[in-house]
Amino acid sequence: MNPAKSLISFTTLSGLGFGLLFWLGVDPSPPTGWIAAVFFVIAFALTLGGLASSALHLRRPERALRAFTQWRSSWLSREAWLAVAALMASGAHGLALTLGAPILPLGWLAALLALGTVGATAMIYTQLRTVPRWHHWSTPVLFLALALTGGALLSGRIVIASVLLAALAVLQVWVWHDGDKRFARSGTTLGTATGLGSQGTPRALFPPHTGDNYLLSEMVHVVGRRHARKLRVIAILLMSLIPIVLLQLPMPHVFGLIALVSHVVGVLVSRWLFFAEAEHVVGLYYGRR
Amino acid sequence: MSPDPQIELSPKIADEVRKTTCYMCACRCGIDVHLKDGRVRYIDGNRDHPINKGVLCAKGAAGIMQVTSPARLRAPLRRTGPRGSGQFEEITWDEALETAVSWLRPLRDAAPEKLAFFTGRDQSQSVTGWWAQQFGTPNFASHGGFCSVNMAAAGIYTLGGSFWEFGTPDWEHAKLLMIFGVAEDHDSNPIKLGLARLKERGAKVVSVNPVRSGYAAISDEWVGITPGTDGLFILSLVHELLRAGRIDLEFLGRFSNAPVLIDSDPRSPTHGQFLRDERGKELVIDRRTGKAAPWDGEGVEPDLRGRLRRAGVTHVTVMHHIAERYLSAEYAPEKVAQRCGIPPEQIRHVAAALARAAFDEPVVLDRPWTDFRGKRHDTMPGRPVAMHAMRGISAHANGFQTCRALHLLQTLLGAVETPGSFRFKPPYPKPASAHPRPHYRHTPGQPLDGPHLGYPLGPEDLALAEDGSPARIDKAFSWENPLSAHGLMHMVISNAHAGDPYPIDTLFLYMANMAWNSSMNTRGTIRMLTDADEDGNYVIPRVIVSDAYSSEMVAHADLVLPDTTYLERHDCISLLDRPISEPGAAADAIRWPVIEPDRNVRAFQSVLLDLGARLGLPGMTDADGSPTYSDYADYIVNHERKPGIGPLAGWRTGTNGIGHGRGTPNAAQLDHYIAAGGFFTAHIPDEAAYYKPWNRAYQDWAMGFGLLDAPSPALIQLWSEPLRRFQHAAEGHGDRQPPDHLRGRIKATFDPLPIWYAPLSDAFEDPAEYPIHAITQRPMAMYHSWGSQNAWLRQIHGQHPMYLPTYWWERLGLSDGDWIRVISSHAEITVPAAHMAALNKDTIWTWNAIGKRKGTWALSEGAPEATKGFLLNHLIHELLPPRGDGHRWANSDPITGQAAWFDLRVRLERSVPPKESLPVFGPVASPVGRGKDRRP
Amino acid sequence: MTMLPRPEDRSGRKLGLVIDLDTCVGCHACVIACKGWNDQAYGAPLSDSDPYGDAPSGSFLNRVHSYEVAPDPQAGPGPPSGPPPDLRGGQTPTRHVHFPKSCLHCDDAPCVPVCPTGASYKRAEDGIVLVNEDACIGCGLCAWACPYGAREMDPSAGVMKKCTLCVDRIYNETLPEEDREPACVRTCPAKARHFGDLGDPGSAVSQLVEDRGGVALMPELGAAPVNRYLPPRERDTWAGETDVLAPWLEPVAEEPQGFLGWLDRTLGKL
Ligand SMILES: Nc1nc2c(c(=O)[nH]1)N[C@H]1C(S)=C(S)[C@@H](COP(=O)(O)OP(=O)(O)OC[C@H]3O[C@@H](n4cnc5c(=O)[nH]c(N)nc54)[C@H](O)[C@@H]3O)O[C@H]1N2
Ligand SMILES: Nc1nc2c(c(=O)[nH]1)N[C@H]1C(S)=C(S)[C@@H](COP(=O)(O)OP(=O)(O)OC[C@H]3O[C@@H](n4cnc5c(=O)[nH]c(N)nc54)[C@H](O)[C@@H]3O)O[C@H]1N2
Ligand code: SF4
Ligand code: SF4
Ligand code: SF4
Ligand code: SF4
Ligand code: SF4
Ligand SMILES: [Mo]
Repeated sequence: MNPAKSLISFTTLSGLGFGLLFWLGVDPSPPTGWIAAVFFVIAFALTLGGLASSALHLRRPERALRAFTQWRSSWLSREAWLAVAALMASGAHGLALTLGAPILPLGWLAALLALGTVGATAMIYTQLRTVPRWHHWSTPVLFLALALTGGALLSGRIVIASVLLAALAVLQVWVWHDGDKRFARSGTTLGTATGLGSQGTPRALFPPHTGDNYLLSEMVHVVGRRHARKLRVIAILLMSLIPIVLLQLPMPHVFGLIALVSHVVGVLVSRWLFFAEAEHVVGLYYGRR
Repeated sequence: MSPDPQIELSPKIADEVRKTTCYMCACRCGIDVHLKDGRVRYIDGNRDHPINKGVLCAKGAAGIMQVTSPARLRAPLRRTGPRGSGQFEEITWDEALETAVSWLRPLRDAAPEKLAFFTGRDQSQSVTGWWAQQFGTPNFASHGGFCSVNMAAAGIYTLGGSFWEFGTPDWEHAKLLMIFGVAEDHDSNPIKLGLARLKERGAKVVSVNPVRSGYAAISDEWVGITPGTDGLFILSLVHELLRAGRIDLEFLGRFSNAPVLIDSDPRSPTHGQFLRDERGKELVIDRRTGKAAPWDGEGVEPDLRGRLRRAGVTHVTVMHHIAERYLSAEYAPEKVAQRCGIPPEQIRHVAAALARAAFDEPVVLDRPWTDFRGKRHDTMPGRPVAMHAMRGISAHANGFQTCRALHLLQTLLGAVETPGSFRFKPPYPKPASAHPRPHYRHTPGQPLDGPHLGYPLGPEDLALAEDGSPARIDKAFSWENPLSAHGLMHMVISNAHAGDPYPIDTLFLYMANMAWNSSMNTRGTIRMLTDADEDGNYVIPRVIVSDAYSSEMVAHADLVLPDTTYLERHDCISLLDRPISEPGAAADAIRWPVIEPDRNVRAFQSVLLDLGARLGLPGMTDADGSPTYSDYADYIVNHERKPGIGPLAGWRTGTNGIGHGRGTPNAAQLDHYIAAGGFFTAHIPDEAAYYKPWNRAYQDWAMGFGLLDAPSPALIQLWSEPLRRFQHAAEGHGDRQPPDHLRGRIKATFDPLPIWYAPLSDAFEDPAEYPIHAITQRPMAMYHSWGSQNAWLRQIHGQHPMYLPTYWWERLGLSDGDWIRVISSHAEITVPAAHMAALNKDTIWTWNAIGKRKGTWALSEGAPEATKGFLLNHLIHELLPPRGDGHRWANSDPITGQAAWFDLRVRLERSVPPKESLPVFGPVASPVGRGKDRRP
Repeated sequence: MTMLPRPEDRSGRKLGLVIDLDTCVGCHACVIACKGWNDQAYGAPLSDSDPYGDAPSGSFLNRVHSYEVAPDPQAGPGPPSGPPPDLRGGQTPTRHVHFPKSCLHCDDAPCVPVCPTGASYKRAEDGIVLVNEDACIGCGLCAWACPYGAREMDPSAGVMKKCTLCVDRIYNETLPEEDREPACVRTCPAKARHFGDLGDPGSAVSQLVEDRGGVALMPELGAAPVNRYLPPRERDTWAGETDVLAPWLEPVAEEPQGFLGWLDRTLGKL
């Protein structure tokens, strides 16, 4: 799939933001006053920034409100509702905290909705049988893990963050490893795509068009294997391993911040790979994946 | 649940439908042009039209993009920069026409041959040829010489009609179709419709083609032949069928010259010629009497075994010679297999399948008919084996004889004009003898002595000057290619540049992109067009071009006459030229202006008539000096070629009012055509619809309709006497003698019975050094060079690789995205490569004419057509390499002059990918700017 | 709307195409006829970007691919180029199949429920899957969900385009009855495209599918496409069949003399 900048920044930023909102929501002794305000401003900046970036992905953003209509079937629509709900609950929660009057159950609700939003985002990808790499329970798990980890880092939860970072590393490596096999496992081949499989082994010959088209630019993105491997190493280092080490160092404010930056950059790389390495079955028709 | 949105299910799509004829290839389908608010909204096929029956191909359906193309020329142009720079100024029509007149008048008055007027794949040869004749130059032809003249000629000389679009498989009755070397063809929609019909009926299709694409892809069986070897393969089939006695003796005896007696005495002065009676009629032995009788005598039953000694000379039948020649072991499948690249078992299988379809499953139509000998037949028995062939056969130097071999095979099977086999479309059949001979005698200020093109019957008909040198600039009808019935357009620029046989003054080209894809040796041709002598004058002094678009050829013109597009003008698809007939009907058609031009352009034929009037050419100028025809439409309606015969056969004025065929002009003729959907059909009566060359009812019908001047029944010429006459001359007989350097090859190639010889270039280019055959194919969704300006089509074919078979792909160690150098004895190109398994082991191929010169066709200079696209033509030379004897042979069929595009041999090397495909040509300036908008 | 119609709301009609891979010659006529019709029909015109430039592209609702099919299992190295150098008799050569593809109007169209706006929907009355372009936000999700690459975003209008099954032709009362069929079907010169009701087992298209063993593409993805593809018939049977035909070539003579003798005898009998 095309690793569109808008989608990478949207999913990364909003994941971080909702992760932070989650931790703020479940914190039994949450910050209050201007500290709370700062935390919530950061979280809202991230989530709203992410959502704004997602609007860039729309070709007709002026009609974006219509995306709220189909919550009964569409994960994208559900995501929109959940995001609004999460932001409203969090906003109320944040206001209460800033005013110094925490309402803990409101926090719990906000946390739940934040996770729900991240989950819904993930489900947009998970539901796609056309992208076997995504069509797996691990996709929402990974999205949630990333959100929780990022949120923990952002909210300065060093121990939890360290544990999550380690778990994330394991999860991410396994997801890559397993993900590489999912296309083959799905059983979809050019043979099934064309129905010619029973006659032999088909191979794409003449392209249907030599000019570019939407399908090719959107759904057929081929990353070199060597290139991908390198990026995976970079991603795992930046996203998990370096932050774990940094978190163990003294001066948590300085190193914590560096760990956070490293993590975010790592997540961006991982997210780039999430899209770029995802092979849509339509690529089969073009002899490319 | 909310209800589905309300949508408009019955939008009105058009205010009006106008029916005219497509132009994007020579198929000439009927189209329905839907107009909305005076603009073309949509084009689809005319369901009533005999050719396409409602369907359209991609090019036809994309016609709207052709009519709105940014590459359309807008006004007459005069060159301002150096030739080939593309720099022009727009001028008025009066200036343009007066300029042309000022160039042409002195030529007509002093040396009309110094005008060479050649037209491309147009459909108005009958008017352009007539114009050239009235002008008086011998130098006129259309594009057939680089297209398929050897097939046309082989058909006319052998059957009296040919494949190409002049004949067709009997789609309704055939049970087996063998299709040789066809990618798209002129008859493109009818072939597709026909293939569908065959499949629907469960008939089988065998495709003989080095490449398995298009029609070959859907064939039941693929014969992946090595290019240039079809003749050998066919003669091997002949060998097998003869051996097994699986031949139609009845048919051979009655309708071919197999029973005609041949002088078979090598010492006789008429050796190899037919035995004739006093009236010149070929003789056969009549089985009823055992005596010699004229072939067409009433009731004669020709004997295939005939033998006669007369005046000490032995005469045996053609059939004897056939048996002797083709039963020879040299044609055994095992012998030819390696060379043809076909397993011997497959050759046998095909032979057996032919025999089975022809003889086990005959089609018999319950239609009584009478043959030319007066014999009444109760039924029309048929051999449901159809053959079709196109440029895979003809674009080789042995194509004429290969095509003759194919006609021999058809005849042995009784599969010519019989139900289920191959059928002629009127005006065919028409034997060579019923066609004119070539005319070339010119006198300043006078018309030529007759029509330029024709069918020579012997050396006496050649177009030679007093000194024996070629009379025509293209050397057509000279000893180099005696039967060049369509001329040799591909040699004109080369010969004119060399001043061989003589220099010319003005080259006048219409609708041919000779500076690019229709020339061999493109770079050389560009050089010849732009070459100047010591005084700085162009070696070819003047070039006038008529084109509708900003082509490569336009960039090399001095004067450009901008044409309309096909929806903006009158045209005439005439029975005098290349009509739209079907085997069961004679048919012709028109184009008419369904929209008005929005530019300062004029229909070329009208311009030509105007030019003719300004030059005072006879037939175009009245006694008072005024133009005879106000425009082409006027000519179409009122011109008469012979009394009662005009360009269009429908709705003429007969003795009892409106009639068809013969008749005087009818002022309302075009209105009738328009009302009838743009075409006219005259159905052939049922009893006349098959066995046409021998069927009295057909011969009478054709004469009555005006297609023939007299009934001309003719036997299939398995033994070709005209060929033998040339061969005989080459053996030293007669007073018209070939030059010595051509004697050998005439002796060898003008065999009166079909033969196979290796493509000529094989003798020049070492097959070991150049082991690979390189060919092109037509893409179905692109028309030569002019499809590339079409925004829709160019998204489908904007670039193209060279396809390599597995063997060479692996040998060169190639993988996707690699480039290769393709090297011929003449030049080299560097191009993208791709792998194709269903391909003859030693053949590479690519799509034809996708490559474009930078700056042309209103495309950007970085257009993929110009940067990744390429032409194979760079590798093909119009002359074969020198052999040190001072002569360079044309890279053409030695019999007909057909350009041997597909004889090309190459070798391959892997290459680092260059920035652009090589060679790179500098950009030319675009006289129409660069297209940006989707629509104007 | 974004919900697929419930089974009880469906009419039972399933309009769709049946595409005959045995006869498709890959001419792209259907591609252009479709472009031409939809250029000014349902919804926004199908636009092109950089049409005369370096990188032309545009939206089309129908595309024709082409595939080589190497017969399985393969003896010897690689798919054979035909005919092979050593004239390996009997080995089936690689085949070539042209493959047109447009929307398959799936029964369980995954492109519909993913749509957040309800723009993408399946008509209850005939099963045609459409995009209501006025509601489309151009998010592209439906195209992601479609296994068949049947949806293309229009470069200028920014809305999702897809085959409409020529809904504005097939019911169009301003067209003559015989023209109320999809533009691509009407134009196909090889008659490889058939249009009809695949929900009716008695329809001509259903019969065709039945007779020719029509297949669904990627059944494993569960979209339940309505369109069917008729597989190419068997090809290149010669390898095994020479024997059957052998009697047809039983020699009557090997030499010209013998042949002329045979001719004598045979003609004597005529
Ligand atoms: N779409 C489209 N249609 C066209 C045209 C076009 O440009 N585009 N051009 C028109 C014109 S001018 C012409 S002349 C016709 C030509 O129509 P075709 O004759 O169909 O044209 P080619 O593409 O030259 O096809 C030649 C075929 O012969 C095969 N071939 C090459 N060498 C051999 C050989 O030695 N033996 C055999 N058996 N096969 C061989 C090639 O693989 C190819 O399939 O098409 C006309 N129709
Ligand atoms: N390598 C290779 N080369 C080949 C062939 C091959 O198979 N392989 N095939 C050969 C054959 S058979 C042919 S026929 C030639 C074809 O070669 P050309 O005849 O040169 O091909 P076109 O591109 O059709 O060029 C015709 C010219 O007519 C112009 N034109 C288009 N419409 C109109 C109009 O309405 N009026 C006027 N006045 N002009 C118009 C076009 O702009 C173009 O410049 O190519 C030959 N060249
Ligand atoms: S085959 Fe195509 S281009 Fe040729 S006349 Fe017919 S519709 Fe036009
Ligand atoms: S083919 Fe694709 S676009 Fe069409 S209905 Fe099926 S999933 Fe939807
Ligand atoms: S692109 Fe349009 S039709 Fe497709 S899912 Fe998005 S809103 Fe729906
Ligand atoms: S049915 Fe209509 S919209 Fe669909 S592919 Fe055919 S022509 Fe295009
Ligand atoms: S029009 Fe018919 S034959 Fe041509 S590509 Fe389309 S389906 Fe195939
Ligand atoms: Mo041609």
